[in-house]
Amino acid sequence: MNGPIRKVSVLVMVMFLALMVNMSYSYVFRTESLRSDPNNRRVRDAEFGTDRGDILVGNTPVATSSAVNDRYQFQRKYPQGTLYAPVTGYFSFMYVSSALEQSQNQALTGQSDAQFLQRMVDTATGKTPVGATVQTTLDARAQRAAYSALGDRPGAVVAMDYSTGAVLAMVSTPSYDPNQLASHDLTASQKAWSSLTNNSDQPMLNRSAKNVYPPGSTFKLVTSAAALTDGMSSSSMIPAGKSYRLPNSTAVINNADDCGGSSITLAQALKTSCNTAYAQLGVRLGDDKIRAQAQKFGFGATQLADIGAVASRFPANPDAAQTAMSAIGQFEVAATPLQMCMVAAGVANDGVVMEPYIVSQVRGADLNVLSNHNPRQLSVAMSATDARQLQQMMVGVVQGGTGTRAQISGVTVGGKTGTARSDGKRPPYAWFVAWANDPKVAVAVFVQDSGATTAETSGGRFAGPIAKRVIEALR
Amino acid sequence: MAEIVVYRKRGFASLVMLLIGVALGVAGYLITMLNQYGKLADGWFVGPAIWAVVALVAWAVVRWRLPYADPLLLPSVVALNGIGMAMIYRLDQSSTPVMHSADLQLMWAIGSVATLCAVVFFLRDHRRLQRFTYLWFIAGMVLLLMPLMPGLGAESHGAQIWIRIGQFSFQPAEIAKIVLSIAFAAYLTEKRDVLALAGHRFVGIDLPRARDLGPILIMWGTSLIVLVFEKDLGTALLFFGLFVMMLYVATERPSWALLGFLMLIAMGVLGYAAFDHVRVRFESWLTPFDDYGRNLQVINAQFGLASGGLFGTGWGQGRPYLTPLSKNDFISAAIGEELGLVGLFAVILIFLVIVARVLRASLASREPFGKLLAAGLAFVFALQVFVIIGGVTRLLPLTGLTTPFVSQGGSSLISNYLLLGLMLTITHQVRHPQVQVPTDEFATFTTDRTEQMATVGAVGAVASARAATARDDANERLGARPDPDALDAPTEFVSEASGAGVGASQTNASADAPTELVGGQPSGRPASESPWQPDASDAKPSAWASLNDDEPGEETQALDPLDVPVKDEEADK
Repeated sequence: MNGPIRKVSVLVMVMFLALMVNMSYSYVFRTESLRSDPNNRRVRDAEFGTDRGDILVGNTPVATSSAVNDRYQFQRKYPQGTLYAPVTGYFSFMYVSSALEQSQNQALTGQSDAQFLQRMVDTATGKTPVGATVQTTLDARAQRAAYSALGDRPGAVVAMDYSTGAVLAMVSTPSYDPNQLASHDLTASQKAWSSLTNNSDQPMLNRSAKNVYPPGSTFKLVTSAAALTDGMSSSSMIPAGKSYRLPNSTAVINNADDCGGSSITLAQALKTSCNTAYAQLGVRLGDDKIRAQAQKFGFGATQLADIGAVASRFPANPDAAQTAMSAIGQFEVAATPLQMCMVAAGVANDGVVMEPYIVSQVRGADLNVLSNHNPRQLSVAMSATDARQLQQMMVGVVQGGTGTRAQISGVTVGGKTGTARSDGKRPPYAWFVAWANDPKVAVAVFVQDSGATTAETSGGRFAGPIAKRVIEALR
Repeated sequence: MAEIVVYRKRGFASLVMLLIGVALGVAGYLITMLNQYGKLADGWFVGPAIWAVVALVAWAVVRWRLPYADPLLLPSVVALNGIGMAMIYRLDQSSTPVMHSADLQLMWAIGSVATLCAVVFFLRDHRRLQRFTYLWFIAGMVLLLMPLMPGLGAESHGAQIWIRIGQFSFQPAEIAKIVLSIAFAAYLTEKRDVLALAGHRFVGIDLPRARDLGPILIMWGTSLIVLVFEKDLGTALLFFGLFVMMLYVATERPSWALLGFLMLIAMGVLGYAAFDHVRVRFESWLTPFDDYGRNLQVINAQFGLASGGLFGTGWGQGRPYLTPLSKNDFISAAIGEELGLVGLFAVILIFLVIVARVLRASLASREPFGKLLAAGLAFVFALQVFVIIGGVTRLLPLTGLTTPFVSQGGSSLISNYLLLGLMLTITHQVRHPQVQVPTDEFATFTTDRTEQMATVGAVGAVASARAATARDDANERLGARPDPDALDAPTEFVSEASGAGVGASQTNASADAPTELVGGQPSGRPASESPWQPDASDAKPSAWASLNDDEPGEETQALDPLDVPVKDEEADK
């Protein structure tokens, strides 16, 4: 019987070898796909269980990790969750992450290339790796002022230092509490997620940068800049009038009130936010010039990659009537509040548009600086001379035009109101973009639902005071 | 001329290996504790101390009753069991609140070692099991089909291979694999000649006679029932594979193996074509990622193995708890995750050591029942490890069997220690010195403390009294029928040719004087055993020799220092 027993022994040997060969095969050829499988909880758990670095506003952490005694070991916390949610984003087990939590993930977990050496040292010394600290450019005063000024109205505020591009405030209302999503109680976090995503108010939408809205009359700044660049001046006379019939169309544009005659200066047109004047100006300039001007301010490109801001847009091939509508910020023109803030900032900064940024510095656990943001110029939107003319025109809006509610004594404030009819069913969007020379700040306020009816002045009435409060908070 | 192997007891080596085995488990336990809590908990030494004592008791009892038992079997099992308990402890730490199933597992291990000691103490010779062939067979079948009894069987994860009585649940296949191994070995020892008779010859293969197909058809039908109604591919494969393999070994006819293999394929095809659940099992195996919900377990096991990589995350630092049933069916995935590919290979190789040692004993055994039983037990054990680890690692369709000695579960542990007891008994019988030359008349009057086991001892001696007269294999096989009364009256039986060189002239094969020389011992050695003390061969010859003031310990010296039984080269025809 030994012959067969030997053969059986060989069979047993083959069986065990097969086990090991198969496992080796799996290890070599399947590991990669298994690790990148989105259903692989181990990978997410490993990330979820790291001591993430803080996200700071000034010296105050707005996102921080603390040790807890459960399987993930570290709990992410957002001390002022709703206030900073559009910037910090959330860090959740089930729903991954968003905003800075997502874009700065490598630094926060200590996995960025700059932290390679630190990682090696930590591994060698047996220390638990600690993530880097992300320092934001936000100013707590501006953020709080904007948030409380918006109150329970859905809207957004963006403020930035126009000389550097540093974002000082980024508020979106209604907001949400990222602590709910970061909860280690996965059922609770699931519930919070479904209630947030099913909420028709869209609390998780960052209105300041992640969605575009018709900018209405605030876009007249871009049209004005195009006109100035085209050779006009603030005192150039342009046709206005009570109403204007669009070219090749039966549609008629009316003004809310008299712009001051059938022919007015460009400055007067801006001051009164004269639709008929800007519509005709738009037709005269043509869509290409306005589009080019818009692109110089940043339209058509994504901004602020750390937040993932979407691109604002100007229609590609409008006819004359559509160009007329586009010139007053209607038709298919759509912009983020961030973009409109950049327009104001570019004007205020003598035509130089600075690249917006929100992370000023990343510091390792040992406090040495891993990366530092130096202000960068995005583009020159207009000449300094033209820019100064436009600045004066904007000051005129605040001093004696539609934006008087934004006046601050002792500070030169320039602004532009906007009221965008969306689809006629909703209340119009109220806009106000402004800048102040002390402190050097540009602000864009967007109120999605001001509760007002279709009054042209709603931009100045509802959005203007918010801009004023933000600027005052920064003084 | 056969070389004669006298196995050394290797008691000290066994002890050292045992301590290493204990250390492996204890190290896993303590490292887990350190990695999870950063310090050793109060009373950390209690568990390891109990485990070490339990292992040492097992070792001592085995040394005492079965001094020639294979020195590696117990240490291997202790290592596996220890690693298993450490992993169960590790998985306990991940539940909220912390569970204590490792404590329970240690209790079961104590019970299992007690079972082992009982087997080692009372059995001593596996040939006592050769009686009651059909009783064993019926018992095995009942056990195998028990989960199908209404009210008793319980379904778990699609397979109905458990029975549940109150709080207690139990996988009867664990016991059935031992019982049926015994039944098959006894049955085939008796019937192998008949079954070996060839029928038609076809393409160079001697086909069995149609009328001899009964047993294999019965086993095939039973396995099919298991596959279809218990819905477990692994169990069906285990038992049918066991039977076919033993049939092949007993008859030495490849045609049986071929037939068995074809029937296995037929079973698979039939199951696949006719039953949805078999199809589902196959799909889950081949394309698990098509259905995450259904194949959650096996996919999670793959994630775990992938995150473990080559060297693993380390004890307590992975996430094996994410895999459902990680303490039972998927404990090998947990080991692979935390100890890595390398660690899991090591565990598999420990299993292989056990299998190899028992197969080796099977080769060296001099009587067909022991040979068949050893081969059967080794094979069924290997097959179980192959099927469950293969299922976890996606080599085979997943099955609900446990990983022997490692998985959580008292019934599985006790059954496998029972199996270990049998393995140790067989290896002891195979390895203890066979040769006693009756020259010392004083030996007749010497009593031995194992005399109480006279009956068993007699069988042992008789069995060892191998009449190596036959050169002709066929003649020899015909003569190899065990006398049904062999256990009661010392009659000799011939197991197989032990090599023609062991001359007939030296043989005194007589029922009255059932001792003889197998192979050439060094001449002039003092023979202290008596023919009338048949179990003398079973006793401790060294102690014996010193008792008689002979040169102590000479018999126990290894003639082959390598401890390698080379004899079977000649034993083969």
